[in-house]
Amino acid sequence: MRLYGVVLVGWFRRYATYRMATAAGVFTNTVFGFIMAYAYIALWDERPQLGGYDVSQAVTYVWLGQALLAAGALMGGGFEVELIERIRTGDIAIDLYRPADLQLWWLACDLGRGLFQLVGRGVIPMAIGALAFDLALPGSVLTWVAFSGCVALALVVSFALRFLVALSAFWLLDGAGVAQLSWLAGMFFSGMLLPLTLFPGVLGEVARALPWSALLQVPADVFLGQRTGWGVVEAYAFQAGWALALLALGRLVQTAATRRVVVQGG
Amino acid sequence: MGPLDPWERQGRWAGAVDGLRAYWLIVAMWVRSTMAYRASFVLTVITSFAITGFDFLAILLMFVHIDSLGGYGLAEIAFLYGAAATSFGLSDLFMGSTERLGRRVRDGTLDTLLVRPAPVLAQVAADRFALRRVGRITQGLVVLGYGLASVDVDWSPLKVLMVPMMVLSGAVIFSAVFVAGAAFQFWAQDASEVQNAVTYGGNTILQYPPTVFGGDLVRGVTFVVPLAFVNWLPALAVLERPYPLDVPHWVAYLPPLVAAVCCWLALLAWRAGLRSYRSTGS
Repeated sequence: MRLYGVVLVGWFRRYATYRMATAAGVFTNTVFGFIMAYAYIALWDERPQLGGYDVSQAVTYVWLGQALLAAGALMGGGFEVELIERIRTGDIAIDLYRPADLQLWWLACDLGRGLFQLVGRGVIPMAIGALAFDLALPGSVLTWVAFSGCVALALVVSFALRFLVALSAFWLLDGAGVAQLSWLAGMFFSGMLLPLTLFPGVLGEVARALPWSALLQVPADVFLGQRTGWGVVEAYAFQAGWALALLALGRLVQTAATRRVVVQGG
Repeated sequence: MGPLDPWERQGRWAGAVDGLRAYWLIVAMWVRSTMAYRASFVLTVITSFAITGFDFLAILLMFVHIDSLGGYGLAEIAFLYGAAATSFGLSDLFMGSTERLGRRVRDGTLDTLLVRPAPVLAQVAADRFALRRVGRITQGLVVLGYGLASVDVDWSPLKVLMVPMMVLSGAVIFSAVFVAGAAFQFWAQDASEVQNAVTYGGNTILQYPPTVFGGDLVRGVTFVVPLAFVNWLPALAVLERPYPLDVPHWVAYLPPLVAAVCCWLALLAWRAGLRSYRSTGS
């Protein structure tokens, strides 16, 4: 386990060295936060209490989205690009030769990246948002703790999804198309475009049941106090359930994929 | 001593012709290489169409619950959205590659472009020309078509002319922003996201009516980065809606002029950036 801790810290540090890129990312998240916040205010102005949120909850939802966007790699930009490239070039053979588990290794990498993005690109835009708008921040410490757990699970679910995407490169060689499709699904079904509680009818029910809703909608609802008490337990169960199912599936695919590896040259 | 750009060595006019020729040659090369994998190309165009359609889908989902946003109906918002998205799509197709400049500065591959006998800006803009971006333009045109067909406007010849004028000037204004953003990356190599905030962010702002936003934001995109000339000012004149800021009526006819000034400023920034460029290594 110590090994994976070291890998996690290593990737955290790796991202911490890109200071200019982080500052630029904070700027972008903040700009988009302002744009979306104004759009949501106009929307909730027409229909107060839409989707069960009041205006200040809706605006808070926007800033939560910006804060979690990079950490959860909702629009890509996580470890998967690198893993796909390693599979394509054959460097993956070296990874398989290491005395470490492939899935755990990359989970540690991606958690390190996600934690840095959470601090680097999450906290500052959120703070700016809180200065500019009247945000519905949780008053109770317990909610903050519950939210932290939700975010941790969100990062794992996000990883598990993208691990599957990356492994598809073993069969397709070029994983770019699948990666793009998954980012598409991530943006739409996580609630990044619009809270899933606003999706009409069956579309809404399906969207809320899919794993992507664990990335933003569920953590946001815990943060906004929409889920309390048993609701938090249910949220955890939903996220953990998807995390375990997807990780297990990833493990199966990994076993099948590594049997396919043929090391060239010699 | 800064690197020499053929632009500066020759007359300005000869330089521009030279640049355009080089641009099209490189573009043709990339298009040929794209067409080598036709099925893959079709797929990426469809994905590009779908991805860029998502923000309009979000607006449609909003209109499940409401009849107007910021006082504007769906048809009017589709008109604003379609005009901005088409302009942005055009500039993204022709100049979008410039946002990769920071990477080239970082890894030193910009040097390869400097020694070639063609203007650097033309090479950077045509670099990895992505024909799949026609997907974005198509998406913009579809929404614009829907907006034009369903909006309640008393069309006059002048108003009809305003539409292509606005889309083309808008594309040029966005292109100037792309070039200025690339010039900024000569100094801040990792800052392509700042450029994204202005280009993609600007596009997103313009897809909503100005009444949605606070006064400061509207003032910013009118007077600082003049994105309001891409669609807000001309489109609101077509729709006969008042502009939230106190600006005279004739300002709505200025987009071509604003586009020209933006190009001039962007080229100044580009040349200043190129002159300050120092390669990597010792």
